[in-house]
Order: sequence, then structure tokens, then C-alpha cells
Amino acid sequence: MPVQGNYQGSSFFELLQVDHPQLAPDLSAWGESAAALRPESVPHGTTVLTMKFGDGVLVAGDRLATAGHSVASRDVVKVFETDPYSVMAISGAAGPCIEMARVLSVELEHYEKLEGAPLELEGKANKLSQMIRANLPAAMQGLAVVPLFAGFDTRRKTGRLWKFDITGGRYEEGEFDATGSGGLYARESLKHGWHADLSRDDAVKVAVQALTAAAEEDRATGGVDLQRGIFPIIKVCDQNGHSDASEEEIAAVYQSILDARAAGGNL
Amino acid sequence: MSMPFYVSPEQVMADKAEFARKGISRGKSIVALEHQGGVLMMAENATKLNKIGEIYDRLAYCGVGKFSEFDQLRKVGVRFADTTGYAYSREDVRGRSLANAFSQVIGDVFTQQIKPLELEIIVAEVGDDRYEDHKANSLYRIKYDGFISDHPGFVAIGGNVEEVESVLENDYREAMPAGEAAQLGLRALSAGAERSSELDAGGLEVCLLDRERTGRKFCRLSADEVQGMLDGS
Repeated sequence: MPVQGNYQGSSFFELLQVDHPQLAPDLSAWGESAAALRPESVPHGTTVLTMKFGDGVLVAGDRLATAGHSVASRDVVKVFETDPYSVMAISGAAGPCIEMARVLSVELEHYEKLEGAPLELEGKANKLSQMIRANLPAAMQGLAVVPLFAGFDTRRKTGRLWKFDITGGRYEEGEFDATGSGGLYARESLKHGWHADLSRDDAVKVAVQALTAAAEEDRATGGVDLQRGIFPIIKVCDQNGHSDASEEEIAAVYQSILDARAAGGNL
Repeated sequence: MSMPFYVSPEQVMADKAEFARKGISRGKSIVALEHQGGVLMMAENATKLNKIGEIYDRLAYCGVGKFSEFDQLRKVGVRFADTTGYAYSREDVRGRSLANAFSQVIGDVFTQQIKPLELEIIVAEVGDDRYEDHKANSLYRIKYDGFISDHPGFVAIGGNVEEVESVLENDYREAMPAGEAAQLGLRALSAGAERSSELDAGGLEVCLLDRERTGRKFCRLSADEVQGMLDGS
């Protein structure tokens, strides 16, 4: 029977591993070949951030991918909607990162269809942590996947966010976090601008400021590119699900930063 | 060594078919019909055990017969669709290939196993206006022996399917509004229902493949939404 395999559970990630190993993102196999691979020859994503605000969570990422000291892509996407109430942002080796976001989004839909109900937000974060742990051998070779995961907890009526380490360690954060090469600078900026009761519009402002700060201090972070019309991706997730901050809105916020600077101020 | 009695293949198949039909005829009916906004599926089902389910963006599944068997088959379908969509693209998951895969699985069980699957299923696919060659809806019915057929407009499965189908044949017309399609579905199911009491929104399981939605087009309606649809609001 061509379509009936051995796996009977509800996880898509495990289904691939058991019945379709040729499709499974077997990242540990990449780890062995990565020993011969220079990590700087592989595109890496750089700065992503997430924060809670009054109505939910916001997740943002710049668009630059670098391979060593070169630009690999100027308009790569690092922020993904994994289901109607959750968002994943990636930093680290772009290939495995993007694949992990893809598998997670199928995973969540797959579970919901088989079980008749979606996973709880914490269950989704837990699933991601297992996938990162499976990537550990590759991470040891320099192909780390270090995502942020955030979403709206429909049961608790609040935004929640998690950061991860390369071993799959999962840490819930109460306020905000940023990761990637410019993450340190973005976090410093967030520390000054963030407030628990930020409105959605102010949260977008604080996010653009943080990405701009990261882009100024870290050469691998992209920021806003008005010349080419490339803008960071900013997704907001609240009780109504997702929405994106428009390019016009981001451009206006960025312009106000430039204006303040032209007037002699700083970020 | 004792020789088993010779039984002709015709007899074996006829016995299996008889057995499967008996199982299915005890069940209630499901109808699926095309309408202006997509495909509507309606089952006489007051329980929480769903007979209609989502398979993929544009695909849905309805099953009658033995619950454990058709629900297991639904899961096989979800695994097949999600794997295909992951390996290729979401647009590559199509109703015809899914229906063929189901037909093969059911047909294999019918010929190779002692006990056939006691089920009958519908695979419904809603069209996508973005692609020239994906615009049409499709409805496939697959029987307990793997026999597959496609049905433009409407299809019914389950117990008293002749009565249900005759109502649909008389009253179905193309591109009817969703409310009218729901009323027709209810009339058709009522014709097949054995209970003397009348069917109402609470005793129905109604799902839609909504053409207007982006991404996953499947949605399950609450009893209130079903009532609203039947009232034409």
C-alpha cells in the first residue's frame, strides 16, 4: 500500500523520520559533512527580536543574510507565521533555520487536523525545542539554529515568548528578547524603549528603533534600506491572529528617526 | 492434510461486498454539493465524533460506515497530503491523486484481506480562482471495494442513499447560493433519515470548503451558524 506507512502518531516531524527519511530534515547528517564545510560559506541570518506589548506580541527581523564577510541576500525572510496564533523568527544558519520553520508550520497544522484541536502555545514551543535538540550535532559544527518563538495564548489571553539555546533549552521571557549577531544591541535598545503597556503602534516604533540600533552597531544586520525599498518584517500577533506592519508605517517610523538625528538628536 | 472447499472468486467477492454493504447501510447519510461559494458537506450526526474532516488547503473528507475505519483512513489521507505538500508545493496536493490513493488502499484491503473495510468516502476539492486549470470543484466517491467515481454537482453516501440522491437529482441546480444549498442538503438527508422526528441544526454536522478563504479553505460550522445558513441569513 503506497500511502500507508508505519508511523501512527500525530507528529509530522516524526512521520518524516520514520516513513520518509529521504524528506526528513536530518540535520545531524549535515553536521558530519559540515566538518569539511566552512561555516562562513553558508548564509547566516542575523538579528531578530520579539517583545510583549499591551495586546499581544510583536516579532521583527531584518532582511540581511551574510556568508562570512559577504552579503548572501539583502531580502531574506526570517520571520514566519507558523500557525494563526504563533510566529517564529530565526537566526543562525539560514538553510536549516528556514527548513525548521517550514517543518514546524506543517507540524502544527498536521497535529490540529489529526487530533481535531490545535496544540496549546506552550506545546508548540516545546515541539520546537525538540526539533532544535535534534539539530545539536549540526550546531556543534557551526550550523546552529537559534530561533525565537512567540504567540498569543488564546486560553490565557496574553502574548508569550520564548528563546532557545542550541541544545534545545527553552526559556520563557516575560518582556522581550533579541538574538543573532546584532541581538545584543537590539536588546540594549529595547531595554530603554520597552514598556509592558505599549500600544501596537508604539511597539512597532520601539522595534524599528531596536533594529536600527542593531544595524548601526553590527555590520551583519540590515536595518531599513530606503534606497532599495527593503524593510524589516514586523509581525504582530494578538487575539485576532496575525497582522503585518506595512512598509509605509515602517518607513514613516524610520523617517522620524532620521529627522530626529538631522535635528541633532540621537536614537 | 485436508483440502479446503473450493470457493469461486466471484463468490468470495460477492460475499465480501455483501458484508461491507450491510455495515454501511446501517449508517446515516452524508451529502456534498457544490454551490456558489464552494462545496458544502452535510452529515446527519449529533455526536462529537466527526464524519467530515479537513485534509488539506482545498481538500475535505467525508466517511460513513465503521467510525474507527474511516477515521483511520482520514488520517492516512492527512499524512499523504501533508507529505506531498512538504516534498513539493502546497498547490501540488490535488484531489484526484488523493482520491486515487484512497481507492488503491481500499481496493487492496478488499482483495487481499479477509474482512473488507466497511466504509464509503467522499473526497471533495474546491476550485482555486488563481489558477486557470484549478478552477473547477471536484467530488469523488470511493466505495468499500475501491471503486472510484467522480460526480459533478453533488454526491451522497451512506445508508438510504437512493432516497437522498433522488431529492438532490430533482432539486439541484448549478451555482446556487450557500443558504439554498444547505436547505437542499437538509431536505435530502431528511428523505433518507429513518427517524420520525425532524432533523434540525443541532443534529447536523456541516462543513464548508470556502472558495473565498485564502490558504486553508476548510471550516466547520457551529449549530448557530448552521441555523443561520438554513434561515438564509
